[in-house]
Amino acid sequence: MSLITATGLTVKVGDVTALTGVNFAIRPGEIVTIVGPNGSGKSTLLRALIGAVKPAKGMVERKPGLRIGYVPQKLAIDATLPLTVRRFLNLPHRRAASDIDTALREADVAGLADRQMSALSGGQFQRVLLARALMDRPELLILDEATQGLDQPGSAAFYQKIADLRDSLNCAVLMVSHELHVVMSASDRVICLNGHVCCEGAPDIVASAPEYRALFGTGTGGALALYRHEHTHSHDHTHDHGHNHDHEAAE
Amino acid sequence: MLDDFLIRAALAGVGVAIAAAPLGCFVVWRRMAYFGEATAHAAILGVALSLALSMSIFAGTLFAALVMALLITGLTQRSYAMDTLLGVVAHSSLAVGLVAVSLMEGVRVDLMGYLFGDILAVSRGDLAVIWLGAAAVCALVLWRWSALLTATLNPDLATASGIDPRREQLIFTLALAVTVAVAIKVVGVLLIVALLIIPAAAARPFSRTPEVMAAIAMLIGISAALGGLRLSYLYDTPTGPTIVCMLAGAFLVANLRALFQTANRA
Repeated sequence: MSLITATGLTVKVGDVTALTGVNFAIRPGEIVTIVGPNGSGKSTLLRALIGAVKPAKGMVERKPGLRIGYVPQKLAIDATLPLTVRRFLNLPHRRAASDIDTALREADVAGLADRQMSALSGGQFQRVLLARALMDRPELLILDEATQGLDQPGSAAFYQKIADLRDSLNCAVLMVSHELHVVMSASDRVICLNGHVCCEGAPDIVASAPEYRALFGTGTGGALALYRHEHTHSHDHTHDHGHNHDHEAAE
Repeated sequence: MLDDFLIRAALAGVGVAIAAAPLGCFVVWRRMAYFGEATAHAAILGVALSLALSMSIFAGTLFAALVMALLITGLTQRSYAMDTLLGVVAHSSLAVGLVAVSLMEGVRVDLMGYLFGDILAVSRGDLAVIWLGAAAVCALVLWRWSALLTATLNPDLATASGIDPRREQLIFTLALAVTVAVAIKVVGVLLIVALLIIPAAAARPFSRTPEVMAAIAMLIGISAALGGLRLSYLYDTPTGPTIVCMLAGAFLVANLRALFQTANRA
């Protein structure tokens, strides 16, 4: 039973057709990454899946009562809007203080509740957004270019956090990224998008697919391998991960 | 008590200030000052309409402000920036409205009253309209507060939380139109936006949460309305502009304090 299923999805943004005939489904507990060049319709696909844009053709079916945690691409809070982290996590519904503390701890930003949102660093801000998405105990976590503005170690740590959360909360994760080498190795499935689905499958299969190479070139293959090596290395002794499997196959 | 024109004026000013403050916070947070300006200026078209059809000024201005607000909400930016479009719409509607009113035959109107307000001429009927309108706006904003705030932060974030940002925008627009219609008598179409944004802007340095900012803005608005009324009575100055001068003073003081604090910290 899929959490969200899209069939024959065609979406227009203004007069431009952003997506054509996209089929998509995500199962419980699965990590799916959407990659694609700028303007390939990645964000539009996410927006269609959460119901923020109406499809011109096709349909989106969400499991009834599906709890979605959404981490937006960017959140430009106007400087005139005073907002503490606590108040932000209480939007749009008031929450128990203990739930807020739990979510902040899960996102590794415990103790920030009384800070102003505007006083947070880029990395802290991103994790507070993550904490808010976790408030509802989501079955599906959606992240739209969640690591924009973070440096490479920062994004790698962020994606590791996401993978850990998937294991502890048992939620599905759907993310969009153009940081291929960082994001792909943590995914169960990668979808390469360019207005339509070019190719999809396990990270290795997509990385070697001719459609993917045509979009991103062959250069990223090396970076991917490099990252994988570091990834396996740094987590061997701390986690007993299902990922190890995958890495062995890759190396 | 309501026989005294000063009491009526004070009550009118307080009523408008209460409605305008929380709504004004959203105008500031959403960066919609110019949107508010265009909506307010359209109200003068509503005055012309009311005079032509001999219906109540309130109904005419509410209608015009609402139509204008909905129209510019639907404007998509194609070849002009939103800023430019709003500028065109705001000033054109003001100009067309003024021309239309002056062309009206057999009607002698005090245009200055509509442009800058005529708070001392508030009747019992006006007062009832102002307080009913203000109560409606407050109830609307209070009811939708969290949803509006979420939609203000990020429309997609709101959608994912089950809030329709377009619906919230529509409610905001409706509240803005009602505020414009009730505030005309107090400060006039040219100064309504001042009543919306200056209290909010002056409250910002003192606030840590959105709710506190709205509450402080309300206090500032009420004090400025009462203080401005008093000063205009003492010095025989036009009341609407005097109220706005008080607001400007509050803004200045609030930011002097902030400047001073920054200097101390450095």
